[in-house]
Amino acid sequence: MSVIETRGLRRDFTVRVKAGWLRRRTRVVAAVDGIDLTVERGEMLGYIGPNGAGKSTTLKMLTGVLSPSGGQVRVCGLTPVAQRTRLARRIGVVFGHRSQLWWDLPLAESFALLRHVYGVPAGDHAGRLAYARRMLELDAFLDTPVRQLSLGQRMRGELTAALLHGPEILFLDEPTIGLDVVSKQAVRAFLATLGAAGDTTIVLTTHDLADIERLCRRLIVIDQGRIVHDGSLDELHARYGSRRRLVVDLDEPLAAPLVAPGLTVEAVQADGRRITYALDGAVVTAGDVVRRLTEVAALRDISVLEPDIEDVVARLYTRREGPPPR
Amino acid sequence: MGSAGFTAYRHIVAAQVRGQAQYRASFAIDLVGSVMFGVIDLASVLVLFRVVPALGGFALGEVFLMATLAGVAFALADLAVGNVERLRVYVRSGLLDAVLVRPLGVLTQLTAIDVAPRRVGRVVFGVAVLALAASRAGVAVTPLSLALLLVTPIAGAVIFSGIFVATATVAFWWIESGEIANGLTYGGLNFAQYPITIYGAILRRLFAYAIGFAFVAYYPALALLDRADPLGGPAWLGYAPPAAAALVAGGAALVWRIGVRHYRSTGS
Amino acid sequence: MVRAYVALAIAGFRRYATYRQAAAAAIVTNSIFGFLRCAILFAVVDAGSRVVAGYDEPRLATFVWAGQGLIGTVLIWAPTDLADRIRTGDVVMDLLRPVDPVWQQLAGDLGRAAHASFTRFVGPVAVGALFFHLRVPSRPATYVLFGCSVLMATIVSFGCRFLVNAAAYWLLDARGPQVAWTLLSGFLGGLYFPLWFLPDAAARALIVATPFPSIIQLPLDVLVERGTVADQVAMLAVQASWAAAILALCRWVQRRGERKLVVQGG
Repeated sequence: MSVIETRGLRRDFTVRVKAGWLRRRTRVVAAVDGIDLTVERGEMLGYIGPNGAGKSTTLKMLTGVLSPSGGQVRVCGLTPVAQRTRLARRIGVVFGHRSQLWWDLPLAESFALLRHVYGVPAGDHAGRLAYARRMLELDAFLDTPVRQLSLGQRMRGELTAALLHGPEILFLDEPTIGLDVVSKQAVRAFLATLGAAGDTTIVLTTHDLADIERLCRRLIVIDQGRIVHDGSLDELHARYGSRRRLVVDLDEPLAAPLVAPGLTVEAVQADGRRITYALDGAVVTAGDVVRRLTEVAALRDISVLEPDIEDVVARLYTRREGPPPR
Repeated sequence: MGSAGFTAYRHIVAAQVRGQAQYRASFAIDLVGSVMFGVIDLASVLVLFRVVPALGGFALGEVFLMATLAGVAFALADLAVGNVERLRVYVRSGLLDAVLVRPLGVLTQLTAIDVAPRRVGRVVFGVAVLALAASRAGVAVTPLSLALLLVTPIAGAVIFSGIFVATATVAFWWIESGEIANGLTYGGLNFAQYPITIYGAILRRLFAYAIGFAFVAYYPALALLDRADPLGGPAWLGYAPPAAAALVAGGAALVWRIGVRHYRSTGS
Repeated sequence: MVRAYVALAIAGFRRYATYRQAAAAAIVTNSIFGFLRCAILFAVVDAGSRVVAGYDEPRLATFVWAGQGLIGTVLIWAPTDLADRIRTGDVVMDLLRPVDPVWQQLAGDLGRAAHASFTRFVGPVAVGALFFHLRVPSRPATYVLFGCSVLMATIVSFGCRFLVNAAAYWLLDARGPQVAWTLLSGFLGGLYFPLWFLPDAAARALIVATPFPSIIQLPLDVLVERGTVADQVAMLAVQASWAAAILALCRWVQRRGERKLVVQGG
């Protein structure tokens, strides 16, 4: 049985707009417009989309804090809104902007309190806490009141808190937002290890595409309430034609553009001695280009850049190449 | 403050009034609420007379006059500088730094920016009951007594305002002092509502004379009622409120200045 | 499950313990008002015949000082934490925990009250005992009854504060209800003057028909032993009824508020 199953999931919002002095016009906006989703146990799923695309709304419906306007949703076999308390024991949630810790208690006491709230056996709790302390380096601020923690420290605390009861699914809504680089990497490393273990399903919404690259084997792009892409990162690149780039440093600028029979390659950037080529993997390899170059010029240095996900997604958001699947 | 400062003050207050009027329902509730506070204050005084004929040697009408004098003074002060106790919030959150940077006096900004028009309700109510109390107590309608009725609440308001500001200033040194400030401001109101004859010597010396609350209502009421002071004070004390107010205002201004200087030098 | 709520109560106890300075400042204010109120009420008794509406001077002194102590223990002043969380939407985090939000907060508040009874209650009473002649209970049972009474009062006060905050689910801000609560709980609760200064019928009506006297007046009347043991137990019964009624109302309002949050998106 899948841990998450939705069919035709919808959520409408009524927006009241002022139309003149006293009157108001109401408009119904579909924040989530028919989402079919199936997630198996142990998957690591990234959920991205422009602002207002419906990411957080979907997450709220999956966790039971927002009721759907239409469609069906099952999480861990339960109906989120109706069986919220039962579901709460089996999922962990980290909402980047909101805290589940007790503001004026030391972090350690929040953890202890959560053990009682969720009814976690002492041994299990101690084991998970020890693991988190090690992996997220909590010891330095374990006794500090939560309100005095920096955002990075607090987020590490939230992550720990969400996992102490051993949930089957971990939902994260923008967990790395506003964090400094070091904290981001710590959080990513922690989640990657967790995901690799295979017991916990991880569903992550984010704006930070580096999170996706590091963590998510499966990527769902949502736009205007609909799924626009559902597959792996490589599939995304392939589908939207994102290309690897070959950067070469020459001893002297090229006299003429590079041509050769059977060699189709586009120079996307030429700054004197440095030329950047975009490689269409289907028709030419980096090796082909390098071989041809060495025939006509003296090569000083080369490097290959993987396709830029920011690039792809930006194009997705703005131009939407290709028909969106329904 | 200077004319430029006053103009700025006026504009800030006007903007505040416009902004708050938008929340009409909340505003109405606040207005009713603030009037109700005044009603309850007075009702609490009146209830006592249900069980006794006199308090501290004074009858209902006389005590009512004192209570209403104190009430109007407090309402005026609350309207003018009531929000200065928010200083604590500003200091703690660091917002005060933004205030210090602007070319206006700190106190001006604090009182103008958070001015609460709803408190006018309590002032209007207070004036109405004061008129009622004065007529019920049989205050003679002479130019002198009318002048006294006009000047006393204003002087009293200055005294209360001074206490408001001075106690709020302590937030510069001790953030949690807000609670104690309430004891002196609302406590002061409570104190001034009754004839000071009911208080023990220490309490009297501290609140009535040292802080000056006796000049908010008690002595002026004696003058208005043309009564001799059971404590043996001279009759001219009833006309001393303006002088007392000036002293309190001066003291408060000094405390304020010291507080701001302290904040500036320590950077909080 | 019970262990969860006990843990939450202990957490409430410890959280409150961190606010030491605020508690100290509050005790000073309580003391100022204690002196003022005693002076006023003693003037009443002096002008009367040593006993007014069933209160003599020692009883009134205890009424005033224990009353000041109760203010901080049952917590009359309603902090708007919950209302703020409702407004910002942070309240959804409460929904993601497998415990009932009302019981969760009640547990925390009881923990707080437990700590407050050592500080906010004992403080003013100690000051009062130092300067005034307080009435000490003549019956040992009174101590137990008073303890129960304070517990009931805390629950009723919690319920009212909860409702004041929960208004934020439907209103722009909880200020209106907060103002109403502050006014009514003081005036009709016995904080400004003993309710028995009012006509008997009025006082009885207030006690039975409103929750406010259950918060201040009744516990104090139990403490000063107004009447017989049967009378004290009767007062406790009134408080218990109000505690049950208010909690039921809280749970109903919570369910409605949750539904609004979940269905309309807050």
